[in-house]
Amino acid sequence: MIKKIFKDQPEIFEFNEQSKKVAEKIITNYPEGKQQSAVMALLYVAQRQNNNWIPLAAMKYIAKFLDMPYIKVYEVATFYTMYNLAPVGQYYFQVCTTTPCMLRGAYKLVDVCKKKISENENEISKDGKMSWIEVECLGACVNAPMVQINDDYFEDLDEKKLENLIELIKQNKTIKPGSYRGRKSSEPEHNRITLMESKNA
Amino acid sequence: MLEDKDRIFKNLYNDYGSDLKSAKDRGDWIDTKSLCEKGRDWIITEIKDSQLRGRGGAGFPTGLKWSFAPKKLGSKPHYLVINADESEPGTCKDRDILRFEPHKLIEGCLISSYAVNAHVCYIYIRGEYITEGAKLQKAIDEAYENGLIGKNSAGTGWDLDIYIHYGAGAYICGEETALLESLEGKKGQPRLKPPFPALIGLYGCPTIVNNVETISVVPTILRRGAKWFSSLGREKNTGTKIYCISGNVNNPCNVEEEMGIPLKDLIEKHAGGVIGGWDNLKAVIPGGSSMPLLPKHICDKIKMDFDACAENKTGLGTAGVVVINNDQDIIKCMARIARFYKHESCGQCTPCREGSGWMWRMLERMAKGEASREEVDMLMDVTKQIEGHTICAFGEGSSWPVQGLLRHFKKEIEERNNFNPLVNTGQKNPYLVDQHLLEKENA
Repeated sequence: MIKKIFKDQPEIFEFNEQSKKVAEKIITNYPEGKQQSAVMALLYVAQRQNNNWIPLAAMKYIAKFLDMPYIKVYEVATFYTMYNLAPVGQYYFQVCTTTPCMLRGAYKLVDVCKKKISENENEISKDGKMSWIEVECLGACVNAPMVQINDDYFEDLDEKKLENLIELIKQNKTIKPGSYRGRKSSEPEHNRITLMESKNA
Repeated sequence: MLEDKDRIFKNLYNDYGSDLKSAKDRGDWIDTKSLCEKGRDWIITEIKDSQLRGRGGAGFPTGLKWSFAPKKLGSKPHYLVINADESEPGTCKDRDILRFEPHKLIEGCLISSYAVNAHVCYIYIRGEYITEGAKLQKAIDEAYENGLIGKNSAGTGWDLDIYIHYGAGAYICGEETALLESLEGKKGQPRLKPPFPALIGLYGCPTIVNNVETISVVPTILRRGAKWFSSLGREKNTGTKIYCISGNVNNPCNVEEEMGIPLKDLIEKHAGGVIGGWDNLKAVIPGGSSMPLLPKHICDKIKMDFDACAENKTGLGTAGVVVINNDQDIIKCMARIARFYKHESCGQCTPCREGSGWMWRMLERMAKGEASREEVDMLMDVTKQIEGHTICAFGEGSSWPVQGLLRHFKKEIEERNNFNPLVNTGQKNPYLVDQHLLEKENA
């Protein structure tokens, strides 16, 4: 997938007080003179501050902040998939469709997104609240199929359950992350035969 | 079947909670100091004797890797880097360690750092694991507050700082040198080896990179002894392993089992069997998407460990078992995996960057039955041109699953794509994908 830069770019970007504090703390995680290591984390900070997407002005700001060339920040921001270079919905659905999820019906979830959110990927829904994208393996294969909405994983879904989730969001209700088949984690749903002592503890 | 008392990750399903107190109840941190007092050489020898092999996919002996680091601290600091960039399709074991057994990992970090002379440890977590990262950070904070890490960690006299570094959705950063590049704030493109990270790694300093699961089992091995660990499984394939069983099974789950458990037992006993019964099994990917798949007749009897998988021309990898039954279209499944590799190729080496796209497009057409007979062999040729011609193992990772498909299901592909190349039908279409066949004519 080619990452496209958004057309309408803001002129300036600056960290607010809180972001600045977080950013300065992150830089101390790395040895002196190696502050470039913080670039990935700082891009996240910028993304969080700016409604979940990173404008070019933020890359320039971060380049100055870390005393590194702008192009190096640009390289990083365009290399990694989790940096959004264009606005996304307030609720950003990432549907995993790699084989383990696909085997359990992930493409049905994609159809739900197409029907309920927007026809195409990366297109913000009419109410401006949601957008969706197909992503590669999110590492929750035993809880497939699953969708990541903003920071949280929603696991063991099916079409109905995802439709309900979308309805809840439309009605401004809170949504609960985790398994939607009542599993606590990655334990087998039925007939668990291991770690029994702890199960009964 | 492994007995519960021999399971290392007692809180794999979060029955107890992941806080420090319950971790201590499970035996973490109880005698870290006395373990370290036995000395670096003892720790490394013990890990060598346990025959622990890296749990991240390659299965490199951990003790041996540690012994590559310079024995004494020179002018450059040493680093320990934990690879928690779990992105291999079919694998979700590290996630459970990060969120439910973080103290096993942190204690492992301390002991391993001590063994390889590192004062700083970075844990590289994939960016999507935001809540898992937050849980780990909470555990790290807890450990700092209780003096378990930081200055004079846990009374061992060793100073250790642990930091979390988030990735940002690049599969390739699970490759150790790409991970180091990423940690340095660059694009995640692998480095040439040698030099190996153990001598020249992060910031040019000696660096040991290990998987989460590898490091998390270290304290338990030292506590219960190398003898105990190596008594499980068989020679060179010892200990326990977390298997992730996903796909067309009745109860997909993670489970810690003994190395070398028969694949059939794993699926039938723990995962509730294949949907539609064992006879409905089509194929199994035994070790995450980059390992070649196995058809049913091999699945009937294969044991799940490194060497048994290698004998069957596949690999244990990360032990992410993906079960595919007869209701699925196997070519489509592999085409989706090829798409994954096309998406994740870092673009550094031409054979991989271009070849991964070729494999995907050809497989997509083969799934639809639009390819010609000759293209099946051409696909094999493409995989051979990628394999071994790239800087990192991604080339193998992307071509092996396709080779596996061709090895075991070639007939099926040929049946579906059984027509002559268009070029032989006399049509001169300049946009033919099998245009290379025209070249014979022109040569």
